Amino acid sequence: MPYTVPILNLLAACLLLISFAMLSRRRTQRLVNLFAWQGAILFLSTCLVAHSSGLHELYYSAALTLLLKVIALPLILHRLINRLGAQWDSETVVNIPLTMLAGLVLVIFAFGLAQPISMMATTITRNMLGIALAVILLSFLMMITRRKAVTQVIGFLAMENGLFFAATSATYGMPMVVELGIALDVLVGVFILGLFFFQIREQFESLDLRNMENLKED
Amino acid sequence: MQLLAVLTLPVLGFLLLALFGAKRNAPELNCTISFATLIAASLLAVRVARHGSILVFHDQFFVDSFNVFLVALTAFVGFTTALFSRPYMRIEELHGRLTPRRLRLYHAMYQLFMAAMFLALLTNNMGLLWVAMEAATLSTVLLVSLYRTRASLEAAWKYFILCGVGIAQALFGTILLYFAAEKTLGHEGMTALLWTHLNAVKGQLEPRVLGLAFVFLLVGYGTKVGLAPLHNWLPDAHAEGPTPVSAVLSGLLLNVALYAVIRCKVLVEGSIGVALPSRMLMGFGLLSAVLAAFFLWRQKDIKRLFGYSSIEHMGIITFAFGLGGPIANFAGLLHMTVHSLTKSSIFFTAGHATQSSGTQQMDGIRGLIDTHPAIGWGLMLGSLAILGMPPFGVFASEFLILTTAMREHPATTPFLLIALAVAFAAIFSRVQPMVFGDSESQPLPRSPAMLPVFVHLALVLMLGVYMPPALADWYRAAARLIG
Repeated sequence: MPYTVPILNLLAACLLLISFAMLSRRRTQRLVNLFAWQGAILFLSTCLVAHSSGLHELYYSAALTLLLKVIALPLILHRLINRLGAQWDSETVVNIPLTMLAGLVLVIFAFGLAQPISMMATTITRNMLGIALAVILLSFLMMITRRKAVTQVIGFLAMENGLFFAATSATYGMPMVVELGIALDVLVGVFILGLFFFQIREQFESLDLRNMENLKED
Repeated sequence: MQLLAVLTLPVLGFLLLALFGAKRNAPELNCTISFATLIAASLLAVRVARHGSILVFHDQFFVDSFNVFLVALTAFVGFTTALFSRPYMRIEELHGRLTPRRLRLYHAMYQLFMAAMFLALLTNNMGLLWVAMEAATLSTVLLVSLYRTRASLEAAWKYFILCGVGIAQALFGTILLYFAAEKTLGHEGMTALLWTHLNAVKGQLEPRVLGLAFVFLLVGYGTKVGLAPLHNWLPDAHAEGPTPVSAVLSGLLLNVALYAVIRCKVLVEGSIGVALPSRMLMGFGLLSAVLAAFFLWRQKDIKRLFGYSSIEHMGIITFAFGLGGPIANFAGLLHMTVHSLTKSSIFFTAGHATQSSGTQQMDGIRGLIDTHPAIGWGLMLGSLAILGMPPFGVFASEFLILTTAMREHPATTPFLLIALAVAFAAIFSRVQPMVFGDSESQPLPRSPAMLPVFVHLALVLMLGVYMPPALADWYRAAARLIG
């Protein structure tokens, strides 16, 4: 297909844009929706790579992405947020414009780091390694700058999305065993965190992590 | 066969204990399964010692003298910790800190954690190694927050987020490794992540990619080793979780994470030479050792104190592997063994000391030697052993590391000596009043399990005074593999 590469570039750009949108959003439900969109883009790009490279096992991992990241995890997160009443994450540690600026610096850094490696890739999607690294770093930034437990978890999952994108774009995906294992870990992790939220709220009466600053060296 | 048993027995134990973990005999069941695993692991070790390394199941599992030694150690400490937790957790239940349902969770997760560590040690697939490390984190998160107090939830959250972020870096490193390997080994047949295959072609792997991959892998797995500056989770998780969990975290999980780092180091060194990896390991190791030694002074909680001591020792071991060469590697492996045995025995005694005084604050623990002579002596001897007093085994390994450092990199020796001296003063001045001092503690409702403590300390003593030639050969073979 002649348009494969431009479409993939477009999808990658959307992925990066969504990461920035995540940095700027304060409503947790919006964040979950954005996370689901990220999953959808990953699904599309994986399908496209699978089609153009003729590697059929990539279809399995695309299906896994669709099931886990577009349907299951957002559903679980939405239900958790509704039951916990944690719709708003009004306060950030650093204000949002400053966070966006820091994000820009991170993207430049990521592209600089990934460039020599992208040169060596033989896959059609090699330019995406920089974007994948940028998505990982931006999610990391989101985890640092937010104070609500739920938001940190969404950041964590977005980071995993970035890693998955790195795997498909640089190498056409990891071996199937590994990918299944990673998916299982993510799913179990989210279940454990779900349990955790209830325990935290029971003990602290809120999911604000500022309450959790007692274990420090004095 | 033995390999399959080592992998499946803990999983079986997890299933059984998930069903029957709330029953009265669950601790005995836990011990039995751990004992069976120990037997399987010993048989595996004997087989590897006789017939050399094993590669099975389409090359997916690999055993050589390096990992079989850790498998045996893990199974052994896993068994003794199960023995210790039998009376310990019963006393916790009598004190009203745990319900039978929580005990079921504890027993099931304990076995799952063991299973994840065995998988991490035995797999030949670098991707599966990552999956197993993550599984080990997930299973211990629920163990750290077992008491559901504010402090334990905070510690577990910190543990999850920090280790989660760290291990995500390791995944990126693994992806880069795969990326480099795929060029030489090809995408078909799924062999490009198998360690033995990578090891065979490590000279042809792209050096620039591997250099970057190693940075990510070291930072990622290093977080789980507890290397500074990403060590923050470790003292909290050790202090707030139940004591048997502190013992296995310190004694086993840190070793397994370090094992992952060393496996990566061997691959990377074949591609980019020894200079960068060894310097990075030495730097992180030294930083952790010195930083932890100074943090030791500020501790008030007995389990936090020994948590920091674990960071210090993991730093020393990492430094030893960074030095490289047959002697330093030998010393590193020996130190891994003696640290894991000594530190778990210290946590056993610290746990019982806490139970008898009703507090983890060191100011509240006094005069153990009067009320509970066995606990007092255990804590004193364990502390002397971990501080590197002769004739314990820790002295031997630290002495070897120090002399090698003096010969190869003299500039590093002052830092090492400072770390050791500061740690000695800090720990000894805390332990001395806890053991001697005026007594205030209460008798325990059940007799404590002191057998594991003294067995561990006797082994450490033996390794310091006389090392069986077979064991020494084994260490030497493993040290050669690390290069």
